[in-house]
Amino acid sequence: MSAPRQPQGYADPYLAGAALGLVLLAAFVLVGRGLGASGAFASVAAGTVALVAPEHAGASPLFAHYLGAQGPWLEWLNVELLGVLIGAWLSAALAGRVRVSIERPATLAAGARLTLAFAGGLLMAAGAVFARGCTSGQALTGGALLSVGSWLFLGVAFASAYALAPLLRKAWQ
Amino acid sequence: MSAPFITEAAPLSASLAVALLVGVGFGFALERAGLGSARKLTGQFYGRDLSVLKVMFSALLVAMLGLFWLSWLGLLDLQALYVPPTFVWPQLAGGVLFGSGLIVAGLCPGTACVSAATGRIDAVFVLLGMFVGMLVVGLLLQRWAAFFESSAHGAWTLPQLLDLPYGVIVAVVVVLALAAFFVAERIERGTR
Repeated sequence: MSAPRQPQGYADPYLAGAALGLVLLAAFVLVGRGLGASGAFASVAAGTVALVAPEHAGASPLFAHYLGAQGPWLEWLNVELLGVLIGAWLSAALAGRVRVSIERPATLAAGARLTLAFAGGLLMAAGAVFARGCTSGQALTGGALLSVGSWLFLGVAFASAYALAPLLRKAWQ
Repeated sequence: MSAPFITEAAPLSASLAVALLVGVGFGFALERAGLGSARKLTGQFYGRDLSVLKVMFSALLVAMLGLFWLSWLGLLDLQALYVPPTFVWPQLAGGVLFGSGLIVAGLCPGTACVSAATGRIDAVFVLLGMFVGMLVVGLLLQRWAAFFESSAHGAWTLPQLLDLPYGVIVAVVVVLALAAFFVAERIERGTR
């Protein structure tokens, strides 16, 4: 093994965005649907509850949605998200960017960063349930389809993040 | 034969093979753009680095224009695409919760997967929070079922809402996105 090399810089955001747009377009053309992320968490949660407490799973308007036809484990978004993990790892490995770490400024303790990360995940899950999707499924996919609800979600989510940002300056500066 | 090619009638394996390939492309593009880094991603909200806006809107423009031209050329049936249904109030409330969670976590669900795949432990905690959040909200959702299902409009698009032709809305979105890119470049220059 050679000495750890300097990680490469990131790609031009417009170029990477255009490539992402082509991936999304390919999904529309091939299978008639776009990208997603939060739905995979919902379907895995649905599958878990169905194993442990099936009577609760069927009663939940969220979980029931994933318990039809092919079941919660072979959900399209689960396989897509598995692909995301592989693609992201591949890109990072090729650029020398894979490294086990906790990303935080020096002024923020590791425990505080992990707590914020977990709490943020909880809030995003709750938001994604009511919004029927996240940045991938609503903002990007629904946005490209000009869905009214997706554009409402996109505007309000960005505005909320901007509104709270000053309170979290210490965590991100 | 017009797109989409793999319909409900096709074998599940075909659609799942596409899912895996599309996912690989999605993850690769997000990581290349640097959106697997929470610090880079949150730079958006401090005027430091507006990659989120640039990546997201260039992707949205490419996909939107691709759909528009493919359907105009008769190569794609827009009616066969799945448009996420609109639920006005739940989606507004969901947007507030989601945007708040985004700035607290520093990553969104998709970029948290990217970040975790590149070795970041904080991203793994975002994913754990997402999973626990889905379990809890899923189990409690029956209590809020009336709100959850309220203000339903089905598949509802901006051309329908504004009663304007599809092409006009596409053109307006292009102009707005280009204006946003211009402003983003100005803001970044201002904070450097």
